[in-house]
Amino acid sequence: MPSFPKKWLVILIGLAVIVPLFQPVLPDIVSDYRLFLVSTMIIAAIAVLGLNLLTGFNGQISLGHGAFYAVGAYTAAILMDHAGMPYYATLPCAAVVCFIVGYLFGLPALKLEGHYLALATFALALAVPQILKYKWLEGLTGGVQGIVLSKPEVPFGLPLTEDQWLYYYCLAVMLVLFWAAHNILRSRSGRAMMAIRDYAIAADTMGIDTALYKTVTFGISAAYTGIAGALSASAIAFVAPDSFNIFLSIKFLIGLVVGGIGSLAGSVVGGIFYVLVDNSAQALSTFIKNDLGLQFDLSAYTVFGILLILLMYLMPMGIVGGVYLLIRKISTVGRSTAAAPAGEPQRSATQPAEASKSH
Amino acid sequence: MEQFLQQLASGLANGAIYACVALALVMIYVSTDHINFAQGEMAMFSTYISWQLMTWGLSFWVAFVLAVLISFALGVLIERVILRPLHNAPVLSVVVVFIGLLAICNSMAGAIWSYLIKEFPSPFPKSSFGIAGLIGPHQLGVVLVTLIVLSLLFVFFRFTPLGLAMRAAAQNPQMARLVGVRVDWMLALGWGLAAAVGAVAGIMVAHIVYLDPNMMGGILLYAFASALVGGIGNPGGAVIGGFIVGVLENMVAFAGNQIEKVTGIYIIGNGEKLTVALIIVIFVLTVRPAGLFGRVVVKRV
Repeated sequence: MPSFPKKWLVILIGLAVIVPLFQPVLPDIVSDYRLFLVSTMIIAAIAVLGLNLLTGFNGQISLGHGAFYAVGAYTAAILMDHAGMPYYATLPCAAVVCFIVGYLFGLPALKLEGHYLALATFALALAVPQILKYKWLEGLTGGVQGIVLSKPEVPFGLPLTEDQWLYYYCLAVMLVLFWAAHNILRSRSGRAMMAIRDYAIAADTMGIDTALYKTVTFGISAAYTGIAGALSASAIAFVAPDSFNIFLSIKFLIGLVVGGIGSLAGSVVGGIFYVLVDNSAQALSTFIKNDLGLQFDLSAYTVFGILLILLMYLMPMGIVGGVYLLIRKISTVGRSTAAAPAGEPQRSATQPAEASKSH
Repeated sequence: MEQFLQQLASGLANGAIYACVALALVMIYVSTDHINFAQGEMAMFSTYISWQLMTWGLSFWVAFVLAVLISFALGVLIERVILRPLHNAPVLSVVVVFIGLLAICNSMAGAIWSYLIKEFPSPFPKSSFGIAGLIGPHQLGVVLVTLIVLSLLFVFFRFTPLGLAMRAAAQNPQMARLVGVRVDWMLALGWGLAAAVGAVAGIMVAHIVYLDPNMMGGILLYAFASALVGGIGNPGGAVIGGFIVGVLENMVAFAGNQIEKVTGIYIIGNGEKLTVALIIVIFVLTVRPAGLFGRVVVKRV
């Protein structure tokens, strides 16, 4: 896994915290709309991270993470609408509910491998909107109409706009979740997860309880995606069953593949990417229709589909993995011209950041 | 009772569609071990092609045959261009490519023909006949057409040298290659046939579910369920599975209706069709992954 230099991480987070405060000075560049867009990117990154924990780090393919996103969003919406819970308190509840749902779905998934698991989760993704419209749940879920919520209000009389506050709220949640994921993956459990992905039988032989780890990973992954769903419910202030269709799950898959399978930084890149393409495709489509007068509904999914296929050929590790490989290649080429000792290139090839420092 | 028979008949008509799509899935699964998540969207695309041909003035059956032929060619092309390089790729890559294909087919259909729901004509006479009232003319036609297609396929695979070569290539590629079968092309042909059978299903079902880019979502899910019930490696099983699942689907809705009528409690109805399919899929996968007619594969570790 590419290790991200700590210095850059601190600078990035610092920028992410400070830049929105410039809104009064630069209202055009740091507009409310852009902040909201970045908030949705953050939410997407969390959802993709959830899928990545399962597919990238544990090797279980899921095409149905939109289902857990929906469960998270609906849990939050129902708690806010019916129980009058404040928006921030819904996150842990959504996480717990999604963990349980994910864990339970992980039980039958234990018996399934590869294609079959993909098939079962694909079926789940297709059925979600119908399940949400189920008549007995209508009292809770609002049926086809969904639930209308109110946006989170700025607390303590802070001098922030609603979108600024939403941005900081999402950013804080994301930082906590990524920090937690980073620590999980570096722990004994994380190594067990990856060992199962790399060679399940060997992991089993070494005494790892594969069934337990697989189901718990399913639960954790679902909880992450569910938290993203809960965040999106309060960000968009609306939930409706038909927005949780199969294409939502496909978007997560695109984020995963584009960013990088099995990479934390990749989840962020993937989340940013799919929101960006989604939005610009919409803008391009309205431009084609209104300004050029062509009857051509361009959809982001054409771009997504082509990218998915191309990436599988060109960069199976995603953009982050591809860039990392590129850096490594360049740095090893640089070293071989400098005629380094025979033992060194191999060792430093795994740590390009340090290697370039020592030059 | 008459209602029951009506439901049974319409279940058989749906079952015929599921049988076709399930057979297309199984044909690809048997030869390459891949589950084609894009099968439904490919069929939808073929249906749009036939619709386009009809709006250009061709008659239904000419458009039907042309669309099936075009789908066959497209299927061969997709296998040669997109899937050939992925022969030994990990499962995740293959699944991702299929999902990419699904997204492309869906969005291109929407881009070219718009997302508006269109009516699709039925080629069968509207007049009623002997058992009318029990089964609509279109439903009867659907069953007949799919049965003809399925028996043609059976004859092709069972009695022609090419069919034999394709079966050999699917069953034991290395041996088939040794006796001179061009396995690569057999796989591509299999893809073409699967796309063509899917096209037949799409064109037949479009009159019932109307034409729109998302029309095949539910049908694909039921086709998965059918293929699994019959045993995903067994073409005959997939066809029987299709009819079983089609009837089961309508019976569940029928039973739900009856319960609601008698007790006034709503449990299950037409709105839960996809959920029923999901339950079938997960149930079969966990309880009996080999399906009703499949062979249990023992894995050596």
